[in-house]
Amino acid sequence: MNELGDLYQEIILDHYKKPRNAGRIEQPTCSAAGDNPLCGDKIAVTVKKVGSRIEDIRWNGAGCAISTASASLMSEAVKGLSMAEFESLFTRFHDMVTGKGSPEGLDKLEVFSGVSEFPVRVKCASLAWHTLKAALEGTSDTISTE
Amino acid sequence: MSVAVQSRPAFDVRKLREDFPILKSLVHGRPLVYLDNAATTQKPARVIDALRTYYETQNANIHRGVHHLSEIATQAYEAARVKVQRFLGAADGKEIIFTRGATESINLVAQSFLRPRITAGDEVLITHLEHHSNIVPWQMLRDEKGLVLQVAPIDDRGDVILEEFEKRITPRTKLVSVTQVSNALGTVTPVHRMIELAHRRGVAVLIDGAQAVPHLAVDVRALDADFYAFSGHKLYGPTGIGVLYGKQALLEAMPPYQGGGDMILSVTFEKTKYNHLPYKFEAGTPHIEGVIGLGAALDYVTGIGLGAIAAHETDVLAHGTTVLSQIPGLRLIGTAREKAGVLSFELEGVHPHDIGTILDQQGIAIRTGHHCAQPVMDRFGVPATARASLALYNTNEEMDALAAGLKKVAEVFRS
Repeated sequence: MNELGDLYQEIILDHYKKPRNAGRIEQPTCSAAGDNPLCGDKIAVTVKKVGSRIEDIRWNGAGCAISTASASLMSEAVKGLSMAEFESLFTRFHDMVTGKGSPEGLDKLEVFSGVSEFPVRVKCASLAWHTLKAALEGTSDTISTE
Repeated sequence: MSVAVQSRPAFDVRKLREDFPILKSLVHGRPLVYLDNAATTQKPARVIDALRTYYETQNANIHRGVHHLSEIATQAYEAARVKVQRFLGAADGKEIIFTRGATESINLVAQSFLRPRITAGDEVLITHLEHHSNIVPWQMLRDEKGLVLQVAPIDDRGDVILEEFEKRITPRTKLVSVTQVSNALGTVTPVHRMIELAHRRGVAVLIDGAQAVPHLAVDVRALDADFYAFSGHKLYGPTGIGVLYGKQALLEAMPPYQGGGDMILSVTFEKTKYNHLPYKFEAGTPHIEGVIGLGAALDYVTGIGLGAIAAHETDVLAHGTTVLSQIPGLRLIGTAREKAGVLSFELEGVHPHDIGTILDQQGIAIRTGHHCAQPVMDRFGVPATARASLALYNTNEEMDALAAGLKKVAEVFRS
């Protein structure tokens, strides 16, 4: 059951039970909705950008512990990042959960390294990230850009 | 004349489990507890052996060659058709069409039976329990020809409300298409009564039997079903093979579903003469080994007896219902008066996907998600459920293992 302990670490359960930055920004600069039809997980992300920086982010959705905690921890990690910094973090996070990269230096996000042992759960961990990326790139359901 | 009481050997689940090689597997170091049978069942050695024997000693194309192998392959293929005919209680082998599965069987009825008969505003009646495969084919006809989809509601237990069903049979109803057992909830629907109500108004009925045939004896003539669809792989047979039963008169009047070889008597560029039943609906080289494997699966289940299988599964389902009901925070979804083979549930504060992963780590395979029946999920206000589904080889001990596994899930999330 060690792998299970790796997957459901305390910090993940904590963010699942007490999600951070939940909700929506009333007048977002960009937003997107994402869903994982396989398990019915849904998320909506709203972002306030100032210049090229993520000034604020809120999200709401319904999903499993992994997808909920991932959205919550992501929202904490990306605040204040520039687009380039976000892109870099996105890639490193994605590489970690797919087992292609090391968790080193990812700080709190390291708790998702166990996901790579559970291939069917990778989508759960990356749903929020893909949705935020779509919002920032304005590729899906974007309300407005600055 | 004395009445002989036929006695069957007692149902010995330990012994029967030995027929299924995969059940000896370890998953994550734990003995496999396979509870995803509504998705697909495991295969007995008898079916696996039939496939090997076919390729090692019989393989040839059927209905074509004059050579020895073609002849024995054809015989094996047609012998399986007779087995299906007997299994369903059909009057004639001509009424048994081999398809890729229940999904293709339903699509065949949609395209060859219903499509030519409808104009905009005509209706098809289904229930709120249906699998997507008994929803989407009708929506395709709605988009193309203006067919109207009528849905009979279900109550909070997951039973079809028969009065509401009856009300929705109108002068525009051209087909009733209903499941006999719900894949998401396990509800056994009153198909006999529904067929009676439809026939009283002259409406033909298609029964989706994909989840029914593994759990209860079916007699299409006793039911008076016009069409009956099922899949081989949910009945211990191979994937990719299914059956459509249709009354001969209806099938005779229908145009072919697909064109190609084997479904014709003669072809010129000007005119093609279609083959007789059932070949009119079996275009191209069929899934020969699938048909033979299905025949072996039918031999297997009829050898045990569906009555005995049903009695055993009813016991295990009752035990499972009892032990799951004792778990704090667990809500069973689908508590119909008559159920077969399915325990759908949610656990307070834990998403079904997490339940599935934690159980899997303990060697327990269940399905989590919407079970290709999203309207059912919407009806109960849940995005997904966890579902344990039974087969003849499941045991009360496995229900206990499931309950213990769920307590472990609760523990992980309680911290």
